[in-house]
Amino acid sequence: MNESWLLFKRSLSDFWRIFRRNRMGMTGAVLVLAAVMVAVIAPALSPYTPATVIRDEAGRGLTFAPPSVHGPLGTDDAGRDVWTQLVYGARISLTVGFMAGFIAMFVGSLLGILAGYFGGWLDNLLMRVTDVLLVIPDLPLMLVLVATLRQMELKVSPLTVLILVIGLLYWTSTARLVRSQVLSIKERQFVARARAIGAGHFHIIRKHILPQIMPLIVANTVLILSTAILIESGLAFLGLGDPTQPSWGTMLNFAFDRNAISNGAWWFYLPPGLAIVWVSLGCVLLGNVLEEMLNPRLMGHHLEGEARVVKTEAGRG
Amino acid sequence: MAESALLRVCNLNTEFIIPDKGPARALEDVSFEVHPGETLGLVGESGCGKTTALMSILRLLPSNARISGQVFFKDVDLFGLSEKQMRAYRWRELAIVFQGAMNALNPVMRVGEQIREAITLHGLMSSSEAEMRVGELLELVGIPKERGAQYPFQYSGGMRQRAMIAMALACSPSVLFADEPTTALDVMVQAQVLELLNDIQQRLGLAIVLVTHDLGVVAEMCDTVVVMYGGKVAEYGPVDVIFNDPQHPYTQKLLESFPDLNEPTDPSTDSRQVLASIPGAPPRLTEIPPGCRFEPRCHVRIEKCKTESPPLMDVGENHLAACHLLK
Repeated sequence: MNESWLLFKRSLSDFWRIFRRNRMGMTGAVLVLAAVMVAVIAPALSPYTPATVIRDEAGRGLTFAPPSVHGPLGTDDAGRDVWTQLVYGARISLTVGFMAGFIAMFVGSLLGILAGYFGGWLDNLLMRVTDVLLVIPDLPLMLVLVATLRQMELKVSPLTVLILVIGLLYWTSTARLVRSQVLSIKERQFVARARAIGAGHFHIIRKHILPQIMPLIVANTVLILSTAILIESGLAFLGLGDPTQPSWGTMLNFAFDRNAISNGAWWFYLPPGLAIVWVSLGCVLLGNVLEEMLNPRLMGHHLEGEARVVKTEAGRG
Repeated sequence: MAESALLRVCNLNTEFIIPDKGPARALEDVSFEVHPGETLGLVGESGCGKTTALMSILRLLPSNARISGQVFFKDVDLFGLSEKQMRAYRWRELAIVFQGAMNALNPVMRVGEQIREAITLHGLMSSSEAEMRVGELLELVGIPKERGAQYPFQYSGGMRQRAMIAMALACSPSVLFADEPTTALDVMVQAQVLELLNDIQQRLGLAIVLVTHDLGVVAEMCDTVVVMYGGKVAEYGPVDVIFNDPQHPYTQKLLESFPDLNEPTDPSTDSRQVLASIPGAPPRLTEIPPGCRFEPRCHVRIEKCKTESPPLMDVGENHLAACHLLK
């Protein structure tokens, strides 16, 4: 056990050594980590709360005030500080994005593995469902679903509804990816060997298939995170966010609703937009690099290892 | 044959359902017996059903396969068991060394761990005992036990083959299936692996079913031979009888197409023997001829062979052959 922990630590440090030299990956990691940090320490970054109205000496709310000493990013139409909303909004946006992303990843991987491994009617059913979901445009479908679920007055918060809808509709691409990978792995001979030593399906999936597709899942998750954050922003912008817990999308929605653009209040609509770009760019960069590093197909050294073995054997004979 | 057969295969039929085509009849009425401590050779050309026979016995065929017949292991009908019960027999009693062992090892798992997997899966011993056992097994096949911590790609081909044999022995099975254990190995390593199998058999007293198309290997290793052609048993008997007095025309031709070490062909003399070959190719399994399967290639065929499939007939003590010419 101890030995495997050491090995794990070593492979982790090997990974870090290669990753550190990858400028694109490091940029992505820094962008994502910075956003997460901001979300975590949000209260320390601002003297106000998102709902605090900043007033001048006369007690009037400072509406659409440009960036100044009161707030580094100015105020919105009700005199609330945009910077504060932005850092607190990071919590909502990232929470929804991450939770939805993880649900999508989990559901997608699970269904992909089941469909790929067992095949037959299960595979058919799952793939037809993903076909349907891939064909229907996601945004309108999610709009309708979120709106309908809101109407039903379920005892769940609007954010939970959002998380579940995004998470449960966004697993299709992961499922297909995982399935195709499992299809190729399960035909390899070591899986037949595992069956021959008397292993059951669960054991084979856990010990022989999962370790091989894990890198793919990890890389895909990061990419899904960025999509989930974008979708959340889109839905919130269209008014389906939780107005009491504003995310970046909700901020954009407020700015649009309250004529920030015609008032020239660029400090109201630019920051949340840029924040969204920041995080999704970070995720995409990180995800692509992880995929490149972890995907055995794109990775050189597996093949190099094989080639070396073949060469030495040929040389000997 | 003696009564105490370890493994009895009776009328094994295997066919593969192929969409848009008829079923491919890979095995038809294959029967043979394996006795404790015996080595049985399954020989024949590529595609004659040798591997399929092993996989059918282990019930490891793809889902488009249909199997019928009976396989008794110590009087238990393996085809009557549920998949879960069957798992307890795999490796515990019937282990297999796959064709091309290089691919039968998981490339991302340490070799030792893969051998341990076979032991712990059957809950035979605690993990520390299993660790010891893995070391013993590796030493048994001549691999230093420290190398158990390495990955398959760090092994040479012969080592991987030996590691697979070590894995096959992990649960001390009663029957070891060796599916062309020496193909893709050079002659030196081939000899080592065969010697190893021989040695292990003598020490552990297990029965070996050796699948091969190398008659030299059969002569050296086996006690009994099953010659298969096109999914059927052509001839079945003790190894010296088959080699010295082959009854089936296919067996005769097969033996002729092998160089004789005692009378090597001499290129300097005119009267040199030319190695025989059998013209034609084995039948396609989806278009099996109605009569004898070997008829289109047979040098002594008669009219009857076209229409009637010959049954296996007794032609001597423990010696069976399927040919119309034998009476």
